[in-house]
Amino acid sequence: MSEVILELRDVETRYGQIYALRGINFQVKKGEIVTLLGANGAGKSTTLKTISSLVPASAGQVLFMGRDITYDQPHSIVEMGVIHVPEGRMIFKELTVRENLELGSFTLKNNAERKRRIDHVFEIFPVLKERHKQMGGFLSGGEQQMLAIGRALMTQPKVLMLDEPSLGLAPILVQTIMKIIKQINDEGTTVLLVEQNAKAALKLANRGYVLETGEIVMDGNAAVLIKDESIVKAYLGEEKHPD
Amino acid sequence: MEQIKPKKITLNPFEKVVEKLYELFDNNVLRYSVLITMTAFLVYLPRASSLFTQEIMTNMFFYVVVCLGLNIIVGFAGLLHLGYAAFFAVGAYVTGIMSATYGINFWLTLPFSIVAAIIAGLAIGAPTLRLRGDYLAIVTLGFGEIIRITVRNVGITGGAVGLIGIERPVFFGIVLNQISHFYYMFFILSIIAIFVSYRLYDSRLGRAWQYIREDEDAAAAMGINVVTTRLSAFIIGSCFGALAGSFFAVKMTAISPDSFMFIHSIMILLAVVLGGMGKIPGVVLGAIIVTIFPEISRDIGQYRLIIFAVILLVLMIYRPQGLWPDRQFQSTKK
Repeated sequence: MSEVILELRDVETRYGQIYALRGINFQVKKGEIVTLLGANGAGKSTTLKTISSLVPASAGQVLFMGRDITYDQPHSIVEMGVIHVPEGRMIFKELTVRENLELGSFTLKNNAERKRRIDHVFEIFPVLKERHKQMGGFLSGGEQQMLAIGRALMTQPKVLMLDEPSLGLAPILVQTIMKIIKQINDEGTTVLLVEQNAKAALKLANRGYVLETGEIVMDGNAAVLIKDESIVKAYLGEEKHPD
Repeated sequence: MEQIKPKKITLNPFEKVVEKLYELFDNNVLRYSVLITMTAFLVYLPRASSLFTQEIMTNMFFYVVVCLGLNIIVGFAGLLHLGYAAFFAVGAYVTGIMSATYGINFWLTLPFSIVAAIIAGLAIGAPTLRLRGDYLAIVTLGFGEIIRITVRNVGITGGAVGLIGIERPVFFGIVLNQISHFYYMFFILSIIAIFVSYRLYDSRLGRAWQYIREDEDAAAAMGINVVTTRLSAFIIGSCFGALAGSFFAVKMTAISPDSFMFIHSIMILLAVVLGGMGKIPGVVLGAIIVTIFPEISRDIGQYRLIIFAVILLVLMIYRPQGLWPDRQFQSTKK
């Protein structure tokens, strides 16, 4: 539990002249679940996009297993084992569940291995197996989220980055998704979780970082953060009052 | 888990007809019998028709080939290309110069035509395909004009007069100089183009093109190299165009810069969009309509282009996705 797998050093990211990240530093250790909390516009999603290089950093360093990946192409970062499940799930509505999963293993050329990985995803998400011939668009929100996570697992990632997996889901489904994230983590995948649902995220995570307008304002063990009055006050119910 | 029922979609009358056709074509027996009948008819046609008809049909097959080439770029990969005639000119002039000026056998010029298309494709595509949005459209538009103006002003291409005296190709001892010869040549070429298009569409690469077309970020996040995948679509499409241009050159035996004007790029793009981007039968249909309609409506004289324009406008309003579109797999991005 001690080896640092992912590290950000003074990372700045901007869209044109507007700074989304103003020099953030954090570390994710192997086998951990780390959560990034914060309100809308705090820079949580940008952090993930910067790591996966969809929006490259303008300054600072992103290190994966000690290697500088700041300016690598998105596809080579995927090949290294860092996978990003984007907000809004981005599954393909008119491809079947199975075809969506096959997209996840795009970099893989071995068909037997692909089939084995699909079976593994079906083990974690039995509901996807039941519906493997249906189009992605006909799945419910929760099932789509499972499909997006399943698709990411097809690459057998070392680090799984999830952007608001609980967004727009019923509370009961949030619990299911969180349980599954825990299960994936138990199998050895490091998880970086971006959430607005601070309570659910902190229950699950080992450690947390709180972002505010592009800066880290608080960090610590999840067990400590969850008791912090200001966090609970600031970030619970945030979804009802988006800015 | 809650279930979401697919929404009931209301169709306009036109769409109902199309849906019916789709259902009919799902039937394999029917599909293959239609295909075999059509092929037999097309093989027989030159024996029973006038030279004029053969000329139009040859032109139609030619359009099928170039439209399928552009379809790889526009339809499969979703890149807007406004200068396709330039690539077609590259092929035509490579063959034209080698054949008319240096007397090299037509078949030997084809590899050079492909190499030239790859070089041109790389030169245009490599810098622009890294950018998002419509930069490619602007650059291809400019490239189309550059090529046309260059060939008009350079000595080796014959200037504004163009090249004349491109040698007729010889195929197993037969000199191809009858219109029926070219009819069969372009017929075979279009069948090859359809076959290659289907193989590409179903390939790993074809899938990757479609993923990128629908959602660039999702595709990149899944490990697809967006730049090289797009570049491959651009280059393969350009090669189709250049090969078609080479065959065009030997059919015409003379080429001039006027054969490669902007309007041709637009007509080819029009055929692709009209038929249905990305859908191979749709693109073939678009190519047929764009070439046949102005011919069969010759009787109405000057008005035909206006009528053609009105039909296109009506289609774009009621059927913006084209007559026979590809299935779209939009992602759930908001």
